[in-house]
Amino acid sequence: MDVVLEADQLGKRYGSTWALRDCSLHLPAGRVAALVGPNGAGKSTLLHMAVGLLRPDAGAVRVFGESPYNNTNTLADIGFVAQDTPLYRDFSAAELVTAGAKLNRRWDAALARNRLAQLGIPPNRPVGKLSGGQRAQVALALALAKRPRLLLLDEPVASLDPLARREFLQSLMGSVADAGTTVLLSSHLLADLERVCDYLIVLHAARVQLTGPVDEIAAGHRQLVGPRLDGTPPVGVAAVVRASHTDRQSTLLVRTDRPIDDPAWTVREVSVEDIILAYLADGDTMTSHTEWGVPA
Amino acid sequence: MIEFVLDSRSKVNTYMQLVQQVKQALRVGLLMPGDQLPKVRDVAQSLAINPNTVLKAYRELEIEGLVGGRPGVGTFVTRTLAGASLPNQAELREDLVAWLHRARSAGLTPEDVTALVETTMRAALADEAQQKEPA
Repeated sequence: MDVVLEADQLGKRYGSTWALRDCSLHLPAGRVAALVGPNGAGKSTLLHMAVGLLRPDAGAVRVFGESPYNNTNTLADIGFVAQDTPLYRDFSAAELVTAGAKLNRRWDAALARNRLAQLGIPPNRPVGKLSGGQRAQVALALALAKRPRLLLLDEPVASLDPLARREFLQSLMGSVADAGTTVLLSSHLLADLERVCDYLIVLHAARVQLTGPVDEIAAGHRQLVGPRLDGTPPVGVAAVVRASHTDRQSTLLVRTDRPIDDPAWTVREVSVEDIILAYLADGDTMTSHTEWGVPA
Repeated sequence: MIEFVLDSRSKVNTYMQLVQQVKQALRVGLLMPGDQLPKVRDVAQSLAINPNTVLKAYRELEIEGLVGGRPGVGTFVTRTLAGASLPNQAELREDLVAWLHRARSAGLTPEDVTALVETTMRAALADEAQQKEPA
């Protein structure tokens, strides 16, 4: 298995606050990975370190085996679209394609022009005057013109309306199929991700909560409903991710290590969206109870 | 060529929905041996889904011996699921249409019809299975 991106105990600190801490993960080649977490979870920090814009304060991040902060050669293989698709707003799309050719070692201007023509993007209007969806498409086309082996997208669809979002994801999936590019995209729109992504990284409170192939994650989690749990959960439960109790019933979202076959418990499959939410909600309540000084 | 559609409210996962649609098309004779399945890229783009999901569906169909991949060309149907029953289907369909009209005149809603068909089918198949078992 080829690993495109690898983080080992990676950390970044702003002042005394860790934006990302003990982050260890790897992204296999050919995957479309979702980087999920609430605002402030460390998603952008991780992406900025992966593209060499930030220097790690702890641990290491390697892209294609190299540290992107010290090794500018690696950057030619990485395409990056930052949040809110920053483009030179007075430039037209056609001018940006021309500029890209001067600024990059490898540049497929024909690819960018074909894509933009197909999408009906006006070539000569300043990109600042285009719609948000069109601007996102211009930024994607420019990133793809580098013919990157790894494409990093920071909240690419967050500001788009549903139609533009769909069109963006269509373009993205088409080009992934064409070029086999590995993609890491951050988002908090979970519904879109389940179809698009086959790999998942869940960040919360500056730490990695969950990472792995989506189908393995889906197969390895179950919801259990049964009599109120006191003591140990049934055989097959590797960890309880989230639990809620009434006086006589318990509802658990669990990670399993083998099939659960206990007649007392009703076992249901859970959607990836519900699994993600369970991991995000878990940390939340714990920290806030301690911070407010009230018992959990 | 067929076109895939996804039911976003379905609990069936995406790759399985693609597999089921191909099988459905094979069963009703919409796809015949030699027909090409939509290209992976086109499916990924039009449905905005991960190309690996499409590949997984096509691989599953290949394992079941229904389709075969030709490198660089595409994926083609190699076997049909319509079998001998296909010629009979047209006639059965006519009967069914006539029956549906009768059900409508009798005041059955589409939900009533579906429920009736499902319960009857279950009961009838259970009866058949019982008769086959040695006494």
